Amino acid sequence: MKVVNHKLPSVDGKGLMMGRPGYTDDLADPNALIVKVLRSPHAYARIISLDTSKAEALEGVELVLTSKDFDRRPFTRAGQGYPEPSPHDKFVFDEFVRYVGDEVCAVAAIDLVTCEKALKLIEVEYEVLTPILDLEEAIDNEIIIHPEPEIHDMFPIGFEPKRNIAAAYHMEVGSVEETLKDCEVILKQHFYTHAQAHVMMEPHTVNARIDYQNRLVLYTSTQTPIHVRRIISQSLNYPLSKIRVIKPRVGGGFGGKQAIHGEIIVSAVTLKTGKSAKMIYTRKEVFESSYTRHPMRFDITLGAMKDGTLKAIDCKVLSDTGAYGEHALTVFMVAGSKVLPLYNKVDSVRFYGDVVYTNHTPAGAYRGYGAIQGNYALESSIDMLCEKLAIDPILFRQKNMILEGETSPIFEIMGEGTEGTAMMMESCKLDYCVTRGLELIKWNEKYPRVTLPNSKVKGVGMAIAMQGSGIPYIDMAAATIKLNDDGFYNLMIGATDIGQGSDTILAQIAAEELGTTLDNMIVYSSDSDLTPFDTGAYASSTTYVSGNAVVKAAKQMKNMLIEEAEKVLETKVAFDGITFTADNGKEITLKELSNRLYYNEDQKQLTATSSYVGHKSPPPFMAGFVEVDVDIETGEFDIIDYVSVVDCGTTINPKLAQGQVEGGIVQGIGMAVYEEVLINKDGRMITNDMMTYHIPTRLEIKNLTTEFAISYEESGPFGAKSVGEIGIDTPPAAIANAIYNAVGVRITSLPITPEKVLQGILKLKENNHE
Amino acid sequence: MTLEVNNYVKVKSLQEAYELLLADDSNQIIGGGAWLKMATKPVNTLIDLELLKLDDIVVKQNIITIGANVTLRDLEKNKDIKEQFSGILYEAVHQVMGVGVRNLATIGGSIMGKFSFSDILTPLLTMDVSLEFYKQGIISLQDFLATKKPPKDILLHIILKQEKGNGFFKKVRKTALDFAVVNICVVHKDSGFEIVIGARPGIAVKASKAMTFLNRQSNFSEQVIQSAVALVQEEISFSKNLRASKEYREQLVAVYVARGIKEVTQS
Amino acid sequence: MKIHVTVNGYKKAFDIEPSDYLLDTLRKYNYLSVKRGCDNTSCGVCTILLDGKPVPSCSLLSAKADGHSIITVEGIPKEAEKLSEHFGHEGADQCGYCNPSMAVNVHALKNEIQNPTDDEIKEYLVGNLCRCTGYIGQHKAIKSYLEDEK
Repeated sequence: MKVVNHKLPSVDGKGLMMGRPGYTDDLADPNALIVKVLRSPHAYARIISLDTSKAEALEGVELVLTSKDFDRRPFTRAGQGYPEPSPHDKFVFDEFVRYVGDEVCAVAAIDLVTCEKALKLIEVEYEVLTPILDLEEAIDNEIIIHPEPEIHDMFPIGFEPKRNIAAAYHMEVGSVEETLKDCEVILKQHFYTHAQAHVMMEPHTVNARIDYQNRLVLYTSTQTPIHVRRIISQSLNYPLSKIRVIKPRVGGGFGGKQAIHGEIIVSAVTLKTGKSAKMIYTRKEVFESSYTRHPMRFDITLGAMKDGTLKAIDCKVLSDTGAYGEHALTVFMVAGSKVLPLYNKVDSVRFYGDVVYTNHTPAGAYRGYGAIQGNYALESSIDMLCEKLAIDPILFRQKNMILEGETSPIFEIMGEGTEGTAMMMESCKLDYCVTRGLELIKWNEKYPRVTLPNSKVKGVGMAIAMQGSGIPYIDMAAATIKLNDDGFYNLMIGATDIGQGSDTILAQIAAEELGTTLDNMIVYSSDSDLTPFDTGAYASSTTYVSGNAVVKAAKQMKNMLIEEAEKVLETKVAFDGITFTADNGKEITLKELSNRLYYNEDQKQLTATSSYVGHKSPPPFMAGFVEVDVDIETGEFDIIDYVSVVDCGTTINPKLAQGQVEGGIVQGIGMAVYEEVLINKDGRMITNDMMTYHIPTRLEIKNLTTEFAISYEESGPFGAKSVGEIGIDTPPAAIANAIYNAVGVRITSLPITPEKVLQGILKLKENNHE
Repeated sequence: MTLEVNNYVKVKSLQEAYELLLADDSNQIIGGGAWLKMATKPVNTLIDLELLKLDDIVVKQNIITIGANVTLRDLEKNKDIKEQFSGILYEAVHQVMGVGVRNLATIGGSIMGKFSFSDILTPLLTMDVSLEFYKQGIISLQDFLATKKPPKDILLHIILKQEKGNGFFKKVRKTALDFAVVNICVVHKDSGFEIVIGARPGIAVKASKAMTFLNRQSNFSEQVIQSAVALVQEEISFSKNLRASKEYREQLVAVYVARGIKEVTQS
Repeated sequence: MKIHVTVNGYKKAFDIEPSDYLLDTLRKYNYLSVKRGCDNTSCGVCTILLDGKPVPSCSLLSAKADGHSIITVEGIPKEAEKLSEHFGHEGADQCGYCNPSMAVNVHALKNEIQNPTDDEIKEYLVGNLCRCTGYIGQHKAIKSYLEDEK
């Protein structure tokens, strides 16, 4: 291969480094009205009265939008395919506010200062209600977070708002109860995972204007431009055909920009005033009023035989979706469907539980959603079980984990919000990933611990993980390739580059198929008027689903070109990407053919469009290994190295794939160790800026070692599977296991802080004295 | 929220600055302005002393005179600062957020803010430091910190006596850009020991009892060190905030004070 | 009020309010490489050079910049381009949002520290957060760029 599997620089890297305008706010109308939202200071309250008259009277205020300006029509902001597997439980503005930061009303004004003054002039009288701030107290609480009668699900998802249940699920293969009776060793443990904030560098940003065709045009920092268009149309009852959504460069998403944020309110301002408007979330709003990762409680039971055969997995989960149910069911299901098949040889497996409403900032999509939570619980439990069994955790995994050519019944039973799709693991190099990782981290020299000078102990730990590649039969992507005069191409895709490099890798795929170079394939994403349909950048779908669409479009274009060349040369031709060569030795170059097609003879435009929907979701796999040095007197620890060996099929661009893995690892490390969303007793988020919420800096990340297994997924574009999420899954469990191996302290509640480690060490000391 | 400021004046003389400062209760002198966003009160006039210079570090006869406008970055790069007590002030400044913030923040602003999270006050309190004000003249850093609401005045210089001695500084933090969970300074100089604990999360204070105790010792066995640690814990109060519990702070301080004493008494 | 500054070598007069921060002023006057991130000195994406030194423009009042010289990445295009080639080689650019500030900061580092060690590079750039890359690729790219520039 000449382009695919080559380390080419990204198509936009240079321009962005040089500061060329490309992000949403760079493209705003300089005279746009500034839109700000008045947000709830209470975790739960009913608005008794709302007086906006003083704000409206302020000079420079264009309008104030309240619930009176909108039809009362529930929708979901989740940004998923339609019909959504999330409850329609949100109104643009409602009588109730359900978390600190929830939307009360909005102001549009000539500038930011006026806007902020106007917000202060709005008088709101609240009936402050008692909030639910503990996920374990939500079900059947006398406080009901969503009493409104109009809300509903789109198809059965276990939605019971009167019980504060946004979604529920239950599945079982075999009989866990029966299998456990026969097991020689049983491990029971519960785990808690916490809310994590996305902290993409670019805040949520949107601007809108009416164009010269009287259509609503939005630039927005989103992962799902097509869904954004649909949700605006639904919520504002405005024709879809009159809305255009342009996704420019996006400064990071990580799932946080899958859902809709300011788009509806800004659109409403522009439609009502006819004027351009824009909204940029403050960092406080990004933290408090966008989304977090779903906090969860896991109750895990594992049953095994003394010979190290895992027989049963029981997994009960309680998930906190916060004030609204975006992604309630789907995240929950992934905590099982992208974790449990790792151990596919069990006799029985059960996965069930509820997703509850609380008065927290809503939880939503976040890279590795469900999988990172489930992986932490399961892969921690596996190490704990191995200790009970007195079996090496590596040998245990090698004996029980999924291998190439195998399957798991879970694939068929569980999808994302729906039933799943049966599939065999046609590419699975997990065994290699484990073996290679052991070598790279020098496991045998370090496991379980090495005593170091100055009160330090080194420990190593590991975890295995899997993901998916898009949602079969749901995620659809399309690509259009256009031939231009002079013989270069445009690749137009709905696939949404949010910084992960999809523009580059999709252009590489097209260039490879057409035998041309990357600079000859001009890529453009995404504009709902110009680029074809694509569900967007989520569910690890872009490389696999959009990539397959690009392959199909490129093949179609190649056939069209050959057909045209054969007409000219009047015989069969071979095409090497530059020249068409006939059997008789006659030639025509692509450049000559293109110019002829557009200017001279038999003129026509060549355009190929193709689309793809997955029939399976081949999982990428990885093994993650971590080395930590723990100070046994303070509990502080350094992460010395993180080794990742990944099977994502062919790497379309090995360097960009490495960047996806390493970026995921560091976000996973952040979740495991440094990051924590803290809520006070009134329900206010106290870590609502970057001075109090800490993502890893370059000083914490001492080394990352990343390799890829040689692997080829037959159904993927040039053998590729997904790589966007797999990196984030292993750090919580691997680090928890490493800390245990180092100092004997098992952390069952994230994050793994030095403080918790020290308390554990002190408790161990105390117990030893007794 | 946008800061409310009506005027911004780069004053041409100290007298002008002083008159402006007294003219309105809300008028305020701006240092680097790095933490200005944390302020919530509206300001009528911000007074900038930039044109008055005050941005030199001068060493004369064992006295380091630091202008109030000297940035943390300039302080960090000064070799005399790096020499004092094994470089504890350098270490403390070096660990304040990123280079960009240190280019903005000034030593004057850092002191006048009396920030409880300060990493700089901790090493400064182990040193012989006095502050030169426009009207009040010279007062010691410790007296300044002890005054609840000092009169409106203009800080001109920070005067630091050069001394010989060994120092130890530790900032416990979650990530490199975090504020301190707690910070600890231990110094052993000719005149004796200095132990200062900051970000408790309250403002930095001296552990006087432990200092007095150590000053009476001639050897620093594990037992002596643990007695000093016990005195620190007895004298200094800690509390919880979002960075750590009270207990964890106490545990950290016990470990790092002991390590600090060992380090400064070893060489 | 009016301030007089030199931006990327050209003298400019900007109309500002005393409460305006330089980030907003620069963006208002179309220096769009300067990005808004955390708005409180914690992330570094708004970094510009003030008299050659990197500072977070989100927390520098525009009035304070009066009389000073400002450099944004638009003022060092050749260096940014070269640095981007090293980033490209290492696959170290993802969303790109923090990269103009990175270029500005690396420029300052190059001028301030001769032959920086790994730790010195990391410490100089620690205020530039990145949520995408995991930092290691960036570090390799910056190191090879500095090597090349010797």
